[in-house]
Amino acid sequence: MQIDVEVMGETAVVRVGGELDLREADAFRRALEGLLADGRVNHLVLNLEGLAYIDSSGLGVILGRYRALHRRGGRISLVGLRPQVRRIMELSGILRIMPEFGDEATALATGV
Amino acid sequence: MAIKNEMRLEFPSRPENVGLARVAVAAFATQLDYTLADLEEIKVAVSEAVTNAIVHGYGGGAEGTVTIRAYLHDDALEVLVEDQGRGIDDVSRALEAGYSTDPERPGLGFVFMQSFMDRLEVDSAPGRGTRIVMYKLLSRKEQ
Repeated sequence: MQIDVEVMGETAVVRVGGELDLREADAFRRALEGLLADGRVNHLVLNLEGLAYIDSSGLGVILGRYRALHRRGGRISLVGLRPQVRRIMELSGILRIMPEFGDEATALATGV
Repeated sequence: MAIKNEMRLEFPSRPENVGLARVAVAAFATQLDYTLADLEEIKVAVSEAVTNAIVHGYGGGAEGTVTIRAYLHDDALEVLVEDQGRGIDDVSRALEAGYSTDPERPGLGFVFMQSFMDRLEVDSAPGRGTRIVMYKLLSRKEQ
């Protein structure tokens, strides 16, 4: 897993590459928790363009952060889902609660 | 069903072996004419079964052993994932969507196994480990 974070005020763009399974889930969770810990970042744009694989371990981390952000009025937007990743996200119900955008600029402009 | 080929893979219950397991079984499955989408689904199903074995069967500890056996039939892949861990108290409840014993885990493992494979059998009892048997039929060519 590779992770690259860019914070813009209240919003952080998190670009995730590689594979997100049980092996990577803890590191991914720690990275997101660290980003959200001080309460300054309330919106996440998750750019998963480089993500080749995800399963329930990775989805659990995203859903956990969604719940935490949702409680304080924040949200998570998704960008760059590959077909296989989108399929998993559809099945999990994540796409019903998190908006998906074609690119980062659109996600940021749509007032995350 | 005649068996055309078979494989067996055994490894310690370490998270880094989840990737090994799914890639090995998917590579084995390419001996049948599966689509790329089918192979991706096989990978997820195997990952979920192995993840369950490590996280739930062995409670995240690395001292357990996970065994995978896979068989190629004429028109199907059969995959068995076994652990000798703590087992599942209530299998039918574990198979319900969203059922989870851990707030950080969304209860989707069995949902993906059921959605992506054509048949799923779960044989488990408390203290006696868990055996998951999954079949992926070679049928729907959607190209």
